[in-house]
Amino acid sequence: MDSIFTPQKITSDLLPQPFGRRGKIWTAILCAFCLVGLFAYYRQLRYGLSVTGMRDYVSWGIYISNFVFFVAISLVGSLITAVFRLLNVSWRTPLTRISEIIAVSAIVFAAIIIVVDMGRPERFMYLVIYGRLQSPIMWDVIVICTYLVISLMLLYFPLLPDIKIMIGQTKSKKTFLSRYYRWLGNFWKDKPAQVRINNKAITLLCITIIPVAFAIHTVTSWLFATTYRPGWDSTNFGAYFISGAFLVGAGGVVVAMYIFRKAYSLEAYITNKHFERMGRIIVLLAALYLYFNLNEFITPTFKMKKSEASHLNSLFVGDYAIMFWFAILTSMIIPILILVTHWGRKPLPVFIAGVMVVIGAWFKRYLIVTPTLLHPFLPMSNVDESYKHYWPSWEEWAIAMGSLAGAMLIITLFARIFPIVPIAETIAERHEKLHKHD
Amino acid sequence: MNKLTDKSRRGFLAAGLMAGLAACKSGADPFTPEDQPMATGEKVKLLSVDGEIIEVDKAFLKPVPDHSVISNAQARAGIPGKSFVMVIDLSRCKNLKKCIDACDHMHHLHPGEHYVKVHAMQEAEETAPYWQPTICMHCDEPPCVKVCPVDATFKRQDGIVLIDNDRCVGCRFCMAACPYSTRVFNWEQPDLDAAIANMTSNPESGIPQKMGTVGKCDFCTHMIRESGDLPHCVTACPNGVYMFGDMNEDVVSNGAETFRFSDLIKDKAGYRLMEDLGTKPRVYYLPPVNRSFPFESGLDENESMDNHATHH
Repeated sequence: MDSIFTPQKITSDLLPQPFGRRGKIWTAILCAFCLVGLFAYYRQLRYGLSVTGMRDYVSWGIYISNFVFFVAISLVGSLITAVFRLLNVSWRTPLTRISEIIAVSAIVFAAIIIVVDMGRPERFMYLVIYGRLQSPIMWDVIVICTYLVISLMLLYFPLLPDIKIMIGQTKSKKTFLSRYYRWLGNFWKDKPAQVRINNKAITLLCITIIPVAFAIHTVTSWLFATTYRPGWDSTNFGAYFISGAFLVGAGGVVVAMYIFRKAYSLEAYITNKHFERMGRIIVLLAALYLYFNLNEFITPTFKMKKSEASHLNSLFVGDYAIMFWFAILTSMIIPILILVTHWGRKPLPVFIAGVMVVIGAWFKRYLIVTPTLLHPFLPMSNVDESYKHYWPSWEEWAIAMGSLAGAMLIITLFARIFPIVPIAETIAERHEKLHKHD
Repeated sequence: MNKLTDKSRRGFLAAGLMAGLAACKSGADPFTPEDQPMATGEKVKLLSVDGEIIEVDKAFLKPVPDHSVISNAQARAGIPGKSFVMVIDLSRCKNLKKCIDACDHMHHLHPGEHYVKVHAMQEAEETAPYWQPTICMHCDEPPCVKVCPVDATFKRQDGIVLIDNDRCVGCRFCMAACPYSTRVFNWEQPDLDAAIANMTSNPESGIPQKMGTVGKCDFCTHMIRESGDLPHCVTACPNGVYMFGDMNEDVVSNGAETFRFSDLIKDKAGYRLMEDLGTKPRVYYLPPVNRSFPFESGLDENESMDNHATHH
């Protein structure tokens, strides 16, 4: 069967396509969200963070939960690219670039959303000039920058053979894109020495990125766990965040896999087998995250310390109960129930489970950040009633949604410019398989 | 030949040096200020530091600015030899909120935001409720200072924790870290008079507030330094709840009465809030025993115990 997949056919199947009508509408919608977000940010710069729903008690809101969400989902780059590569998981090839571009776009917007949250964004350079290494924020700045650089390299290096193909395809044209491809990869000649160095570099980066990936999300969890507050003061937080991050990342990848497969008719490359296997992985990761959730909630609930009690009650039966149980059910329990079954690991149910995982995970991050801040140690006295609740303003929603749209826009434009399934690697793999059969 | 070259080089260097000096001199004399006022001939009699009467031309008199502006480095270092401390006597508080009003007014706080808060507290259902004012605890192990990424909030040698609002990046990590929730944020452009808004900012006074930065109780440090006056909350309280002083001198005062700090804390069984967190506050509380006022006298019409009884 593989014999019909000649290099020419693979190349023409996987070449990036110009946007169709649906692609154009999709891109326009994303751009519209980004523009509304930009306008909201202009208002925030002009009138201050008072345009948000945040006040002195809830001083961190959906910007921070969105930041945690972005950092979480970006961990998938290291899972699929690095862990799978080092474990020699042979079916990973069509998923590596999807997961790596999710990682890059998410970490870029994690950085952007943190700047959005700052009261004085123009003083960002103070973090460099006056940075205190004792502060967990500095740890986060350092590891996020490191992770961004490594992720960009992990995206770029495996792309080089494909850029050569793209240069070959656009040789006759004098478009902006053809010049861009040449600027990116004109030096790559597929020489054995180059291939050897590149493979070695990719392996090294794969080894490096795993501890850095653990570091970014562990340090992000420590932004909360280094404080005294009920709901954050937990030694479980690092592991709890990491397991949740791998889960939402895997969910994000299956959603992207399904959409790209549909949009570019990649059924022969992103196969049912891929969904079947990712489905199994999501079951494992969801069970793991559920386990850390049990750790996070059962022990304090058993003790019901006075300082924790009002926080826990608000989650289980109070103001946040609906959101809390919705997040637990949609991000863990229902996906597990769908994906443990054989029929549940077909592409469509896997896609639905992936969407649930991602949406549930977004609300889970909201629940990690906000309810804790509404249950301080001392009562909320002498403040206006509005200080005792939190609901994001339209500007906050617009900026948060704009950032999510921005991340998706990066992924969309990337797939427009570069092959989203690696061409050279796919050709090499099919070739190898063919020879094995001989 | 060699010697000659040597000499000519020396000559060249000397000429260059002279030219440089001449260039310096060519402008205004660097040792006299440029805006030297013209003498008016009108003389004013003044008392010199030696106790002699001297006459000075009126043009040379310059008004001393109202607020002595100390340098940022001085504000960060603190006042040597001091160890400031506050004692709050819970048996005297009836939630008059004069402390809040005075503090808000003097620090030009945003309406609705306060550095001082008065909480209605009740430990357990059967125990008596009481009023508990809180301010920044000026902890000796300050969680806010630990987490600040840019050294905008800092601990001084005299024990005071301050904020440099020219440094603060507005990340609000300190607000999340503070277990006493005493920090406030300037969510919008503060509505200040031009005279205040244009003042040189000084961490000791916290004035002027700046949009996008954090603020909090500063123990009225600029007043201690300039006039030795007690903080505004201390002087505003008619019941003498707040007592401010120096641990090194072992004295605290509410204006009307003065106590030996160590005796007061021992005799009245003083304690600090959330001792178990290890933050080592500099604000001590005297327990609400033998109270001057019934708790209910502090309730306003829109405040009832129902709102508070459930809180820790």
